[in-house]
This record gives sequence, structure tokens and C-alpha cells, in this order.
Amino acid sequence: MEGNKNFVVGIFEDEDVLLKAVGNVRGKGMKIHEVYSPFPVHGLDEALGYTRTRLPIAAFLFGMTGTILATFTQIWMLGYDWPMIIGGKNFASLPPFVPVIFEFTVLLSALGMVATFLVVSDMKPYKWPRQFDIRSTNDKHVMAIDLANNKMSKDEIGRVLRESGASEVNDKNF
Amino acid sequence: MSDVSEDISRQVEGKPSKLWWMAFSVSSVLLAFGVYCMAITLWEGIGKWGLNKTVGWAWDITNFVWWVGIGHAGTLISAILLLFRQKWRMSINRAAEAMTIFAVICAASFPLIHMGRLWLGFYWALPLPNAFGSLWVNFNSPLLWDVFAISTYFTVSLVFWYMGLIPDFAVIRDRAVVMGNKTRALIYNGLSFGWNGGAKTWMRYESVALILAGLSTPLVLSVHTIVSMDFATSVIPGWHTTIFPPYFVAGAIFSGFAMVLTLLLITRKVFKLEDYITIYHIELMNIIIIVTGSIVGIAYITEFFIAWYGQVPAESYAFINRAFGPYWWAYWSMMTCNVISPQLFWIKKIRTSIVATFILSIVVNIGMWFERFVIIVTSLHRDYLPSSWSMFYPTMYDVGEYVLTFGFFGCAFLLFAKFFPVINMAEVKSILKSTSEKKSS
Repeated sequence: MEGNKNFVVGIFEDEDVLLKAVGNVRGKGMKIHEVYSPFPVHGLDEALGYTRTRLPIAAFLFGMTGTILATFTQIWMLGYDWPMIIGGKNFASLPPFVPVIFEFTVLLSALGMVATFLVVSDMKPYKWPRQFDIRSTNDKHVMAIDLANNKMSKDEIGRVLRESGASEVNDKNF
Repeated sequence: MSDVSEDISRQVEGKPSKLWWMAFSVSSVLLAFGVYCMAITLWEGIGKWGLNKTVGWAWDITNFVWWVGIGHAGTLISAILLLFRQKWRMSINRAAEAMTIFAVICAASFPLIHMGRLWLGFYWALPLPNAFGSLWVNFNSPLLWDVFAISTYFTVSLVFWYMGLIPDFAVIRDRAVVMGNKTRALIYNGLSFGWNGGAKTWMRYESVALILAGLSTPLVLSVHTIVSMDFATSVIPGWHTTIFPPYFVAGAIFSGFAMVLTLLLITRKVFKLEDYITIYHIELMNIIIIVTGSIVGIAYITEFFIAWYGQVPAESYAFINRAFGPYWWAYWSMMTCNVISPQLFWIKKIRTSIVATFILSIVVNIGMWFERFVIIVTSLHRDYLPSSWSMFYPTMYDVGEYVLTFGFFGCAFLLFAKFFPVINMAEVKSILKSTSEKKSS
């Protein structure tokens, strides 16, 4: 997808118009490359037919790793590697280990999930994103349609976008 | 919508005002004095502080607990109010989260300085293989739980805050591209991790934000719970009580909201953000102050009741000594500032007045500092043996390190307010339509 070069770009002013337009455009059998917005638009992911993200599962797995790691590390350190009598209690008694287990679970879950997010979204500090319209972070919603993935002609796509409520239709070539 | 970008980005793009420079200079002077005091303390030892054999913990731990408490409001606003879908939090959460991060750094500095050789602090406090035999840190100690709680809290808050900043950095980047400022575009693109604002990225981003909020909520409650266990798991009269965790958490939110108010009232004035941080926000925060302040008041009374009802002589003595002993002035300052003063917010005129809110927010934080001082010093200064009874008198170095944290906090917050967007633009834009529709109908 990154290799494609020729796009038709529709600019939308309003999120409700945009949502209807997405349904309309997809209903005509056209494939949308991506929609860029200045803020998260509710229902846009469903309108675009995206499957739900699996990041929560990643968070859970990282969290479980933290739980297991913290539990066994504490038991091993105080119970086996260097046992010491502290307050006459068992070498490895579980209740005092709970706070550290909890904190470590939260830590690994949060860091792991955010790292996964950055990797799957291909976000890096030195990367410049492909921008279809610079106003998409300010106040415009931008719908990009890849010419190579659609059978319609450029003019036809432009007409559909305008009919759906786009305030501008531009070409974008990379 | 472009007005939002314009209003918020303006202060990042323009030159800092005279007021900003004045505030920054004052903070730098405080910081410099604090660094001097810290350097002398580290060079000559903790003996520079006013501690003695009986009162082995005083200003340092008071400041530590105070700063940690202040941090809590930031997480409460950003995480708990996000889960409850409270839209009013959106114009204040960014600054409150920044406050959390700087407050936690200030808090962590006290135990580190108290260790004497702070460059070895991490080595001593974390379970790292070491040269003292294979002796590991003591996982049974609440002080070690604190290490984990504070460092996790700091890391997760930082990540949460930064995640929120990413789309807004992209706004500033794109404005810099339009203006032709290449250096700024490059820096803010780096900070935004190449954010593109695609629907798929937003979908993942929202999921991450929601889970981080879900993780932060029990985390923030655990942090002050664990801080309170530093005291509650000991056998010192006045500390050995089961009420501590909820009482500390309520106190933390109470003082944190007061600090958020102090800072925001200044920020909205200096950066002309009166349209974003409105009287409505201030009033809602004042209501939270009444609620948490009342919980704290009930906790004080409950402690007294239980000291009498429990019939343990040492415990009863500790509480009578608190109120009528040599530190009576600290106790009654705490009672006035924390229990009586927030009750004034029941009056609508006071809770919607900016001047009154500003004054009361400072009064509350003075009160909360005294609360920690009262708990810590009055319980320690009457030892089990009357021959060891003693008083605590702070030295310049005790005070100096408190000043250090103020200087650091001031500098850090001012730099944040200058170089980072102080209000979450993406979130404000997302509610712009629904709120303006509500207004017109």
C-alpha cells in the first residue's frame, strides 16, 4: 500500500457528513485508503469496516507476564536464594508480596501495550507520515482514495466524493 | 475548530511573555538555593537536618507524602474522570497530569536525598544483583513497596500523559510546516512519533487510552495506600491504625485538587485561557474539594473516637498530645485549614469566586502539609521512654530542600506551559460540536 502513488483526496468539514460519506462511498463499491481526522470520530472505525483492535489482549498478556515474573522473583529471592527471617514470618509468605506483584503487573501491562501500539502503528520519532492534506490535524477530515485499488476513473471518484458532501476534491501524488 | 489550534498553539509558537520570564527567574532562584542546600547536605551528611535520635523522620517524609498526594489529582482527573466520561475534565487534564509527573519527581527526591548517597539510591532500592552477598531487598517492607509503587506510578503517568500529547504535537508540527519553520517542524514531528491521525491509528489510540485509564485507576489508589502503610504497618501510637489507607487517599485527592486549582488559576491568567478553563470547571473542582475535605474531617474525628474507644493508653495519649501537647499549633492549623476552610465552598458565591478559590486552594495545601507533619512528628517526639522525649526544630537545610522542590516544580511547569500544548486540543475539538449544539438549543 505504501508504494502506491496516485490518490484522490476528499476534504470534509463536518464529522456527521463524513460518516455518511464513508457509508455512501463504500456502498458504491469503492475502497477507501484511509480517513484522517483531527480527533477521534465515533463510529468511524465501524463505518470503515475495521475489525476491533487486539491491543487489549496484548495488554492482558503483558500484565500476566508481570504477575508471574514478580511472584516467582520474590519467592525465589527471599525464599530460596537468600532466606532471611524477617519478623518471625515464613521465608516466602505471599501476602507481603502482593503490592509488588500488583505494581509490576500494571507496569508491564502499560509499557508493553504502548510499545505494541507504537510498533503496529509504525510510529517512530524519525518518521515523517504521508500527509494527504496538512489541514487534517487542524480542522478538516480527509478521505484518501487510492486510484490503483479502484476501478473507477479519477473524475468518477471525484464526483462521488462531491455528491457525498466533500467541500473540496484534490489529487495527491507522492 | 481552527480557533482551538490557534489559541492553544500560540503560546508554544510565540516568545514567552514578561510574566513568564519573571516567574521562571523566581523559580530558578529557588532551585539554585535548594541545590546549594542539597549539595551541602550530601557533602556533610544528614546531620545537617534537624533530625535527632527520637525524631528520625520529619520534614523530608512530610514533604514526600505531601508531594505524592498532590500528584494524585492529575491521575484522578485524567483516568477516573475519563472512565466516568466526565467531559469537563478535558480542558484541565493535560496540566493536571503534568503536575502529577513533576510532583512525583519532587516527592521521590526526598527519600533519595535521605539515603545520603543518592547516586546509589537505585542500586540499593531495586532488587539488583549486588556485592553484599546475594542479599536481596526486603519485599516484606512497605518502604520497598513504596519504591515499586512510586516508580510504577511515575512511569505509567508519564506514558499516559505523553500518549495524550502525541496528536497535539502533530498539530504544532503541521502548523510549523505551513509557517515554514523547519526546525520546529522537525522537533515536533519527532515528539509526535510521526503521527498521521488515520482512523485506524485513532481507533488503536483510543483503546490504549482507555486501558491506561483503567490501569491508572487502581494504581493511583494503591500508591497512597502503600504510602500510608509506611506508617500503618509500624507499631508507633498514632500511626498504627487501619483507617490510614482510605484516609490518605482522600487527603491526597483533596490536596491535589487544591494544587490543580492554584496552578490553573495562574495558567489561565498568564496564557489567557479563560475561554477553556471556565468558572464551571472551577466550581466542579471546588465541589470535589468539599467532598474530599469532609472525608478527611471525618477521618480525623474517627481517629480520635477510636483512640478513646480502643482504650489503649499509649494510643489515647498520642492523640491527646497531638491536640494539646507542644505541637498543638500544628494540629489546630491543620484542623482549621483542612476541615473548616473547605466548608466555605458550600456557599455558591465563594465557590464561583476566583479570588476566594485561589486563597482557599493555598490554605488547603498548607493544611495538608501540616496534616503530614502532625502525624509524623507528634507521634515520634514522645518516645516510649520519657528520657528520650524530644522536639524537632528544622534547620536551613530542611527548609532548603523543600524550597528545592518548589523551584524545580515551578521551572518544570513553566517549561511545560511554554513548550507543550497546555490543553488537549484533540479532545476539546471532539466535544466542540456536541457542546455548541447544547448551547444553541
